[in-house]
Amino acid sequence: MTRAALAALLSHWARNKLQLAMLLAGLALATALWSGVQALNAEARSAYATAEALLSEGATARLDHPSGQIAQESFGALRRAGWLVSPVLEARVTLGDARVTLIGIEPLTAPPGAGPALAAEDLAAFFSGRGFAHPQTLREIRDVPREIRPSEAVPVGTVLVDIGQAQAILQSDHLTSLTLAQTQPEGLRPLETLVPELRLLSPGEGAELAGLTDSFHLNLTAFGLLAFAVGLFIVHSAVGLAFEQRRAMFRTLRALGLPLRTLTACLATELLLMALVAGAAGLVLGYALAALLMPDVALTLRGLYGAPVPGALQFNPLWALAGLGMALGGTALAGAQALWRLWHLPPLAPAQPRAWAHASARGMRVQSALAGALALLAIILAVYGTGLLAGFLLLAATLLAAALAVPLVLTTVLRLAERAARGPLAEWFWADSRQNLPRLSLALMALMLALAANIGVGTMVASFRATFIDWLDLRLVAEVNVIPRSQDEARALEAFLAPRADAVLPMLRVEAQLSGQPAQIYAMKDHATFRDNWPLIDPVPQVWDRLAAAEGVLVNEQLYRRSGLRAGDELDLPQIGPMPVLGAYPDYGNPLAQAVITLPRFSEIWPEAPIRQLAIRTEDAPTLIAALQDEFGLSAAQITDQAQAKEISLAIFERTFVITRALNLLTLSVAALALFAALVTLAGMRLAQLAPLWALGLTPRQLAGLELTRALVMGGLTMLLALPVGLVLAQVLLAVINVQAFGWRLPLQVFPGDWARLGLWAALAVLAAASLPALRLWRQGPAQLLRVFAHER
Amino acid sequence: MGRGGLRQRGCIWLLALLLALPAPLMGQGFAGLGADAEGFAVPERGRALDFPTDHGPHPDYRIEWWYLTATLTGADGQDYGVQWTLFRSALAPGEAEGWASPQVWMGHAGLTSATGHFAAERFARGGIGQAGVTASPFHAHIDDWHMTGHARPGEDVLDRLELHARGSEFHYTLEFTAEGPLVLQGDQGYSVKSPEGQASYYYSQPFYTVSGMLHLPDGPVEVSGQGWLDREWSSQPLSPQQLGWDWVSLIFDDGHRMMGFQVRGREGFTAGTWITPDGTPTPLPDGALRFTPLARTRINGRDVPTSWQIDWPEGGLSITTEPLNPSAWMDLSVSYWEGPLRFTGTHEGRGYLEMTGY
Repeated sequence: MTRAALAALLSHWARNKLQLAMLLAGLALATALWSGVQALNAEARSAYATAEALLSEGATARLDHPSGQIAQESFGALRRAGWLVSPVLEARVTLGDARVTLIGIEPLTAPPGAGPALAAEDLAAFFSGRGFAHPQTLREIRDVPREIRPSEAVPVGTVLVDIGQAQAILQSDHLTSLTLAQTQPEGLRPLETLVPELRLLSPGEGAELAGLTDSFHLNLTAFGLLAFAVGLFIVHSAVGLAFEQRRAMFRTLRALGLPLRTLTACLATELLLMALVAGAAGLVLGYALAALLMPDVALTLRGLYGAPVPGALQFNPLWALAGLGMALGGTALAGAQALWRLWHLPPLAPAQPRAWAHASARGMRVQSALAGALALLAIILAVYGTGLLAGFLLLAATLLAAALAVPLVLTTVLRLAERAARGPLAEWFWADSRQNLPRLSLALMALMLALAANIGVGTMVASFRATFIDWLDLRLVAEVNVIPRSQDEARALEAFLAPRADAVLPMLRVEAQLSGQPAQIYAMKDHATFRDNWPLIDPVPQVWDRLAAAEGVLVNEQLYRRSGLRAGDELDLPQIGPMPVLGAYPDYGNPLAQAVITLPRFSEIWPEAPIRQLAIRTEDAPTLIAALQDEFGLSAAQITDQAQAKEISLAIFERTFVITRALNLLTLSVAALALFAALVTLAGMRLAQLAPLWALGLTPRQLAGLELTRALVMGGLTMLLALPVGLVLAQVLLAVINVQAFGWRLPLQVFPGDWARLGLWAALAVLAAASLPALRLWRQGPAQLLRVFAHER
Repeated sequence: MGRGGLRQRGCIWLLALLLALPAPLMGQGFAGLGADAEGFAVPERGRALDFPTDHGPHPDYRIEWWYLTATLTGADGQDYGVQWTLFRSALAPGEAEGWASPQVWMGHAGLTSATGHFAAERFARGGIGQAGVTASPFHAHIDDWHMTGHARPGEDVLDRLELHARGSEFHYTLEFTAEGPLVLQGDQGYSVKSPEGQASYYYSQPFYTVSGMLHLPDGPVEVSGQGWLDREWSSQPLSPQQLGWDWVSLIFDDGHRMMGFQVRGREGFTAGTWITPDGTPTPLPDGALRFTPLARTRINGRDVPTSWQIDWPEGGLSITTEPLNPSAWMDLSVSYWEGPLRFTGTHEGRGYLEMTGY
């Protein structure tokens, strides 16, 4: 009996293959997007762990110097005093075609775990020049100038060499840090008396990658969840529809004596089977999607945070299980209503799929109330909420409130249109649209969500881009930038350039803690370059004069916002003490806090800080570059001109949002599919309503045209509704999420051209979704329509 | 090879570093006279050792060590043993400035009581001052571990030594004073290690009296006793068929000293030196000594014979050794058994036992 019942239930899908395909595709897509995003997150996180394990920064403390350089004698002095320290030299260099982080380590003294790449390798070869790099980095370097072996244990973008080799490559006799072994002998002289100039960093510090990138991953997760929710709309509508269509079958089965319990169990089993099949397919899709997007995610993370993430994806069975669990959970959520309704269905309930329409008036009231409550929550969160989580909750509440309000708004609009309509056909068109709304509303809500997300994220990205380009133009005013190989060369360059360039602006910095955050303090030479070009937020009067007089500091926007500073507040600087904040400057794309003081004061406090870069102002950049190359034999990697610098920055920016755009497009596709599913299933049931019109003289072609028009009108109304929601979303992203996640606030700019393009896309999506049912209607011919009147329905 | 080319048990790369066993040695024949294939110098029979220069490092040879052991008695009446070793291992012959130096240094320190055994190790690159040896005035160090000569004018630079080492659970500082002359092992310091003729330069200072302080987890102990220094350098590892060795230094109650070892393998090989109280050595040829394991101890998953019967029939010697602590396993990157012992039989006294390759 059970088997027969199950076979009868499943036969529905054999007769409605498209509906089955929709259900499976919806669930598979939802699972794919969600699990794909999770795979990206997991991969990135494991990359951070690799990076931290390399220098055991996750587990061991380190010593460093504010100038970024430690004299090698300090290493010897500490070892002779019994301290188990190991030298590290780290720097960004150009190797072959790639810009990489060169890390020099000393394998004999390095803490355990530091030399995984070295296991079984020949130490002598390592000492005399063999390096290790991630296979991907090795491919990026392409024309490898020295022996570098591939090793998965080395983080992406890093080349691991012996400390002596690193010093030779960098022409340095310094170190950048000393790692401390976890257990030290007892009774040693304290570090403070042995090396008072060095700073002890506890194990957690300097390994902030996971914390810094949290916001990025939260962002991805939110997107995955949104896509999943949209996918569930499809499943819900397909399951709900299948339920309605099988009312007659349920009645028959019950009448034949099938217990309600068994019937419900059969239906649940059916759902479970579908969830398993679609979930598995979704996992495969999700993995493929993640593998496709991984290179861009990796580039984004490297560009934004310097996080060494490989572009390749690894398979993790736990991830697959979680994805399948999500598919099962989602199906249960989407099918719960149908099961619940079946459980409460009287055995001889009418086999008419009408219950929904009747129940919809009451449902609408509940839904409106819910939308109102969520809107209220959003307002409360907007006013009182703090933190990234509150920001995302605000986003979720806004989106849900707007989605739930869709049917209410559309009903109102359609009613108004109906009133304004002239002629019976127009009146019927609006009235009929309104009557169909309950069945379409879920798909329209999904479409609204996807469109709003598109507008919101698109506006955010475009606003950011516009601001970023303006800012780059102001920031990158120096015509030529030179990276000196050593301090002797830096001084020689300064002397050489003094009579030849309009200005030479040295870049010096020290690492520090500011307001408890990892930060950098920069030196700024008083020059028109900065006075004329640097945009400032909340500057005090005569800000540049006061900065030049060492009367205060400028801070970057990240520090300004995260620490809630205001102009005039005091900021505690190491070795200087409190100084008033004179203003803040935008500093996009930098995760760290920054402060700027005037060069003379900086040099007093940190006379040993090395010059890392020289920004050169000149009228004739090509001549100067040629002179520098002749005189100093500078390599191409050491000299960057303005155009190159801008190009690099912009390229990083563009790659940053590739992933966002891709997810946006996918969400929109899922929404279009939801609409398609709803329209296809609706079409079959609407025959009874359309047949009388045909009988009254409308041709099938006219009817099909009307159906298409209806879909477009609904889509258009949804798009109009999505516009303000999207703008609110963009504003929340710019003013709340960005500030929390990155530390900068951007002005909202509107780009109607983008909306027009999106509108066009949406229209195309709606047309694509509506065309198949319309085409069917057109092709159906009189016989089908006539049968409506003959059939006992 | 009295000591040193230790069989590797720890990191794989250290194996490559410390053993780098060149298989072709067997085929080279003629006791590997002249330089070996990789350009390292090789010991030659008949070369007279020159002091104090030979107390210092020989960077053209592959391996070298400064090896001190001491059998001690504490003010608490308990027996203790101390080991301090500085190994030098060259990745290529010669010396260079800075990180380019091919010399690698390894320090081992051990401290044994009847109930405990502590071991620590240190690693260092040559060329940067983290470790090294100067012959005169004598100073050997790695990190804060050091062996510093305080000899008076006219004495050998090794006659008075200050010794210090520190692990995470222990540290010690001891004074060593020589009461007799240096002793050349083998043929005037040329010590053969295998039937194929592998050899090293090897001399000892077996006549130290020792005093100082041990700092154990339970607190400090004042100690005094006797010490033994071994100096050895070579470029020739064991022959491929040799698995490891058992080595003893024995200090007899009547003032005699004896060094003996057996190299285990397909063909066993033994050698030793009988030393009178005035320092006159008598080399004991292959087969003169017989080593018979009596009791085995299970340590770190290995069966190690920690009690031995040692016979020298021609000298009328038959003794059995008992370790102070059978668990004296040096569980380091390169691991082996090393600890103090007492012996009884035809003769009585104290000594040190080292066993590798188990």
